[in-house]
Amino acid sequence: MRVGASIQVSAPADAVWAFIADPARYLHFMAGITRWEVESEEPTGCGARYRMLMRVRSAEIGGLVEVVEWDAPSDMAWTSVTGIDQRGRWRLRERRFGRTDVEFRLSYGVAGSGLLGWAAERVAAPTVTANLRRTLQQLKRQVEHEQLRAAAAARREAKQRAAAGGD
Amino acid sequence: MAGTSTTGASRNGHSGDGERVRGALGADAEAEERGGGPSLPERFLRAIGGQVARRIPEANLDDRDPDYIRETLPGLWLLSSLYFRGEVRGLGNIPEKGPVLLVGNHSGGNLTVDTGVFMLAYSAYFGVERELYTLAHNLVVSFPGLGFLKRWGVVAASRENARKTLEEGNALLVYPGGDYEVHRPVWERNVVDFDGRKGWIRTALEHDVPIVPVVAIGGQETSLFLSRGETLAKLLMLDRAFRLKVLPISIAPPWGINVGDFLGHIPLPAKITVEALPPIHVREAFGDDPDLDEVYDHVTRLMQETLDALAAERRFPVIG
Repeated sequence: MRVGASIQVSAPADAVWAFIADPARYLHFMAGITRWEVESEEPTGCGARYRMLMRVRSAEIGGLVEVVEWDAPSDMAWTSVTGIDQRGRWRLRERRFGRTDVEFRLSYGVAGSGLLGWAAERVAAPTVTANLRRTLQQLKRQVEHEQLRAAAAARREAKQRAAAGGD
Repeated sequence: MAGTSTTGASRNGHSGDGERVRGALGADAEAEERGGGPSLPERFLRAIGGQVARRIPEANLDDRDPDYIRETLPGLWLLSSLYFRGEVRGLGNIPEKGPVLLVGNHSGGNLTVDTGVFMLAYSAYFGVERELYTLAHNLVVSFPGLGFLKRWGVVAASRENARKTLEEGNALLVYPGGDYEVHRPVWERNVVDFDGRKGWIRTALEHDVPIVPVVAIGGQETSLFLSRGETLAKLLMLDRAFRLKVLPISIAPPWGINVGDFLGHIPLPAKITVEALPPIHVREAFGDDPDLDEVYDHVTRLMQETLDALAAERRFPVIG
């Protein structure tokens, strides 16, 4: 089953990438995620491994995932090593006026689980999709807030410089 | 999930199938020494019981099949999520690696749905690679149509199986209350009652493994349990022939009045909540030579307090 969500963030792709490339931030902006731990020596980049879990109704579902594509600042993809079968992707595309389209895709399932597996994937889909949407909304808020703080800091600095020059 | 229960405990050093069936970790293998010779009908029933016990194949840890568990998780997830609205908390309290003894309160008659909800959540959380075994009465494991339980890691309750499981660094789930607790009447649904059985503490000490209490609520609301039927079991001499100390009486669909629950029943869709508590390292907490009564009282008190808190969260029976 493949689900996805997208959003436009008022920030350049590099700023968004700084969030999604940092595993320490995942618990802060990923909705429904109860665990996101680094399991490899290298915390980021191709080959980085994370143990992740997402609460979906009566169970926390996930497993060990490995990053298989790392193309900063536009694409990151991971695939499952243990746990349920899954493949996820962040897809960032910078647009005009310093905006970025962010797409979050996730496909999941359990190979060999038959008709009940097929049904379970569909029953889980609304919860998973809602989590992806909330994730993107939280990511957008946090990235834009970070942008705003950076701009405010720059303005403060300019004011201080101007005041120092006036003296 | 059908009647996973540990009953009895073999402390008298006997061996063989009959002894194995009596179970490992309960404790009522405080097998009463009975005075006088048995009567003819009693000897007849015992002979039948012995025959039944001998025909039960020995459980094997290798029967657990991680691929099967993984492939059946979605179906169990559907049942747990939609029918029982399962919720499992505190799985992070269970050590990620190494042997651990999970001690649960047992509910639901012969259909212990809370075990299913917990096993699903455990397998999803840790992955099927973190092996979990559950001790059950060998009759349960060998009952026709329940072979799938073995593939889920349900094994016959015996000291040998407990030893093998823990020595291999696995998690082991036991229900000390066994058949006694699981058939308690519905008005005692929020009571932890291990019937004084302490074999599980001896097992934890023997293998020096932490105990993680696992408290579940809702299972005893899946039908209207009326009585354990201990007197009836005695009258029919089932206790002497088959080590069955109970002949439960309940009202459950589709039977109406259900005596024995041998064919199972359709459980009501009660909300099941399970909570795993922080691990207890018995020797660290109670010294090198712990007093069993003290440990028993400590663990059951913690479990009862948790069960009381879970009960306080529920506003209505069944609905939760």
